[in-house]
Amino acid sequence: MSFAEVTLELLKGFAVTCQLFILTLVLALPLGLIIAFGSMSRFLPLKYVTKAFVWVIRGTPLMLQVIAVFYVPGLVFDLPMSSRMLAVLIAFVINYACYFSEIYRGGIESISKGQYEAGQVLGLTKTQIFFKIVLFQVIKRIIPPMSNEIITLVKDTSLARIIAVEELTRLSQDIVNVYGIVWPLFYAGAFYLVFNGLLSVLLSWVEKKMDFYKG
Amino acid sequence: MAFLEVKGIKKNYGSLQVLKGIDFSLQKGEVLAIIGSSGSGKTTLLRCLNMLEIPSEGSFYLDGELIYDAVRHVKANDSELRKKRLHFGLVFQNFNLFPQYNVKQNIMLAPKLLRKKVVSAAKKDLRKKKLNVVFYPLRGSKKNFYNLLKEEKNKLLSEEKYFAEKLSSQAEELLAGVGLSDKATAYPCQLSGGQSQRVAIARALALEPDVLCFDEPTSALDPELTGEVLKVIRGLKSSSRTMIVVTHEMDFARSVADKVIFMADGVIEEEGTPEEVFGNPKSEKTKAFLLKAEDRI
Repeated sequence: MSFAEVTLELLKGFAVTCQLFILTLVLALPLGLIIAFGSMSRFLPLKYVTKAFVWVIRGTPLMLQVIAVFYVPGLVFDLPMSSRMLAVLIAFVINYACYFSEIYRGGIESISKGQYEAGQVLGLTKTQIFFKIVLFQVIKRIIPPMSNEIITLVKDTSLARIIAVEELTRLSQDIVNVYGIVWPLFYAGAFYLVFNGLLSVLLSWVEKKMDFYKG
Repeated sequence: MAFLEVKGIKKNYGSLQVLKGIDFSLQKGEVLAIIGSSGSGKTTLLRCLNMLEIPSEGSFYLDGELIYDAVRHVKANDSELRKKRLHFGLVFQNFNLFPQYNVKQNIMLAPKLLRKKVVSAAKKDLRKKKLNVVFYPLRGSKKNFYNLLKEEKNKLLSEEKYFAEKLSSQAEELLAGVGLSDKATAYPCQLSGGQSQRVAIARALALEPDVLCFDEPTSALDPELTGEVLKVIRGLKSSSRTMIVVTHEMDFARSVADKVIFMADGVIEEEGTPEEVFGNPKSEKTKAFLLKAEDRI
């Protein structure tokens, strides 16, 4: 198999990887915020249910979760998963939302009570205080840990191969199996490396952009 | 009836009684200084007036209007609370400026957001009128109706523009008032403590509260910076501005206040004019406190 052919094949896989990455990110970021609110709720049953859920999701392997989401509906409820990609996406979104929720929670709890009180004495509503005062400060504080998770997510997309989603790692492995050449594995690695390199540059740019104030 | 009338305010945290029944009254334009050692309940009293803490018992009235009554407001809803809260302004010990907004934005944020509520209600009203046409036949001409709607909308827009301009010039005026005109576009992290506190004062003034409260406004400042803040507060004193200042600056309390309250263990131990409290204290506790305060210097 020529270099051009391998490139073409890997690009196909890379497209799937990108799709998985972007969809997971777009869905898990807001869902994580909702879960964070749940785990900070003053309504105790909701708080404990959410915390238990986060514990289970963070305490078990993502690979196991992918397998579970793919097989459980079919084997237990007789409603087989229609798409492998969908199964992976659901597992990823839930898993990453839980990780994000803890980052959000840390960020939100790090904002001093004084900021809320200042908003209150100025007659603002709770919603206004959160969205106009607190959220921005939270975002600034969570960018470094979020960057970490986001870069991990890029690499975790390779777990999708466990249920035969044709992403980058799976396709490169296929080439190795069929043609008996090893270098496409390293080539695939280069894809991840370059992608993460670009992401790092982007994220540190965002971090710099928010450096116009301290605190 | 006095301008501000506080009756029997009590505050408990569980079994801990922080305020054990506070009564006082204040005339419009008066400055009240509250002194006392740490833990005597001064700050809690201010926080109760601003409803950052909900008093367990008691009530207070402003200009004859009931602001809070523990018997009636046990379950006061949020919007009601907010409206009443706006009668009072509070300047915090550690400023609590919003770090991501510059000085001018800090001052304009709350008026802007409060205004937004009014405007969005008006806009909703307009949309409703428009929608009503679908369900009810128009009596007059259609053209006329839409022209009227358009006019109303334009009026709203021009009012909006006028408001924004007015707010901006008001903010600049306030900044000039606290001597920080040149810092309008600076961020809080670029300000000194004294400057931050002056911005916080301007921010509280922007909402034109009836009673402006200061919670130890200079306690977080270096000694050389307290002067500039106290000077600003002194300058705010006028016939129409009622202020309550919790402070450890005895000289300041003495020279600015019309009335002084000395608090100890959750009760008012002594109250009166500065001459009475500082010059001729009756209570033993007051005497001891004042002696200690002098000792420190």
